[in-house]
Amino acid sequence: MPETTEPDPVETERLQRLKEAAFRIRTNALVQAEVQGQGYIGQALDIADVLAVLYADQLNLRPEDPEWEGRDRCLLSIGHYAIALYAALAEARFFPLEELQTYATDDSRLPMSAMASYTPGVEISGGSLGHGLTIANGVALGLKRKSNPAFVYNILSDGELNEGSTWEAAAVAAHHRLDNLIAIVDFNDQQADGKSSQMLGMDPVEAKFESFGWIARRVDGNDITAVLTALEELRSLEAGRPRCLIADTKLGKGVDFLEDREKLHFMSVAPEEWTMAHDRLKETSQS
Amino acid sequence: MNTTPDTLAPQKRLTSDAMSASLAREGQRVTAAPLGHALVELARRDERVVGLSADLAKYTDLHILRDAMPDRFYQVGMAEQALLGMAAGLAMEGFVPFASTYSVFATRRAYDFLCLDIAEADLNVNMVCALPGLTTGYGPSHQATEDVAILRGMPNLTIVDPCDAVDIEQAVPQLAAHDGPTYTRILRGKVPRVLDEYDYTFELGKAKMIRDGAEVLLISTGLMTERALEAARELEADKVDVAVLHVPTLKPLDEDTILRELARDRLVLTCENHTIIGGLFDAVAHAAIRDGIFRQITPIGLPDEFLDAGALPTLNDRYGVSTAKIVEKIKDLLHPRRTERVD
Repeated sequence: MPETTEPDPVETERLQRLKEAAFRIRTNALVQAEVQGQGYIGQALDIADVLAVLYADQLNLRPEDPEWEGRDRCLLSIGHYAIALYAALAEARFFPLEELQTYATDDSRLPMSAMASYTPGVEISGGSLGHGLTIANGVALGLKRKSNPAFVYNILSDGELNEGSTWEAAAVAAHHRLDNLIAIVDFNDQQADGKSSQMLGMDPVEAKFESFGWIARRVDGNDITAVLTALEELRSLEAGRPRCLIADTKLGKGVDFLEDREKLHFMSVAPEEWTMAHDRLKETSQS
Repeated sequence: MNTTPDTLAPQKRLTSDAMSASLAREGQRVTAAPLGHALVELARRDERVVGLSADLAKYTDLHILRDAMPDRFYQVGMAEQALLGMAAGLAMEGFVPFASTYSVFATRRAYDFLCLDIAEADLNVNMVCALPGLTTGYGPSHQATEDVAILRGMPNLTIVDPCDAVDIEQAVPQLAAHDGPTYTRILRGKVPRVLDEYDYTFELGKAKMIRDGAEVLLISTGLMTERALEAARELEADKVDVAVLHVPTLKPLDEDTILRELARDRLVLTCENHTIIGGLFDAVAHAAIRDGIFRQITPIGLPDEFLDAGALPTLNDRYGVSTAKIVEKIKDLLHPRRTERVD
């Protein structure tokens, strides 16, 4: 009997499910951004595939019980990515989809910068960059003390790697052998003042983490198969070392006219463009 | 400083011995490393308690916990931001961390982490920090003369300035029991025992009258309470009746007790091991003004300067915070009053 090259139907279904989740996360992000007319929509679109893999597959969560002791902890350092996290939390049903309409409005549970006390499923108050990994170390140590097998994920950005505290934390994580910790760097080459590589070049990032004692992988962060394979592998390794995934992503991914727009940290979208954005996202996702 | 050859001739100088840690005078009753021993005792009773340090366990007395219960202690190296972030993460998982470094590093270097990861999240993290105010002769790099000023504006944070080993021993379990962040100005090494001579117990958030007096009120915090009590005894010999109100918790301030004592007609001074900007003096004056008490309050504390390096006894006199200088200040203030009475 010849060897089959047919894809595993279970895996095919899984990837299809994740692609659909990524599409809905992007849609959820557009819905929120439209409320404000502007925002961190470029970043939300670029990290949607990573969030789909996390919130629709890798993270062990109970949305109906956000503080469930057995949950994986996913710490978002980059508070301004709140729009993306809310999109993923709504997709995972931590709160109703309709609530996305309140994004960054008065008295909303969804403030512009993510804060733990406001939103179910948000673990830390990010925003001042360089904090997340230091906190993740404490959470990872705490889980080990409790013999809790849950994992800690920390989502950082390439710009955030400028902060020295991230590297303090990287050294501490390796020293304490925090192998229940997975850092994910959204490498979109964009920060507040321009291209990251022109602000303070951090490459080769993979080698930097490895030299700090981490296991590092680098993939196309908009390739769901690659992200899924890498995160599964990083979680399964038993090496006594913390792990890092560097995800190269494209700002505005999935909405071609935003991908091509002048790259901006904080993007404006004209009122008439929102329908077009949804349309282009649908077309891209189906192609 | 005079460095001409004449002064380099052999002579009796106060040297580095006087610059280093121990605040105790010869013959004084002391307890070694009261913070460390109190933490061991607490950790044996409460399995949530863990200690952390940023390469200063030995110099903040946390080595006592480290050596007695090594599995309850974490070393993060010389990385204060990582220290406070890790403490926050441990508290999020239900532990009660005591994190130690020097006051200067916790406040100046790691402020953002203390503010956002610990205070904003209102976590039960207890920062126990050594070398507050003028307790080292190493100069501004080590002298936390403005730490309270830096921290008083931080919401949720409780700030404690203990007087002695008694205060530290009694405070430790109360800091852990308090469901929120705390910052304590720790005295390390051989720490004097002072307050057990009085009818006193430490209560978080409370000011306590250590000795009453009809003529002068010293509102005092931290190690200055020991000097205030010494000054009161010396003045007693001169028939000056001095009250000492000890305020070990600087925030939240026990305004009820302070305002009640301010209402009595006495000469009032504040005593603090801190710049007179942003510490006890400001806090007391703020409370008094807001309550409509318009009374002269004279601050005894460190000047608004970067302090010199040198031996502590020299510096305490130079900056007016030694017992002798407190006595002198009170006599200066009282003199015109007494003249008036004679008239």
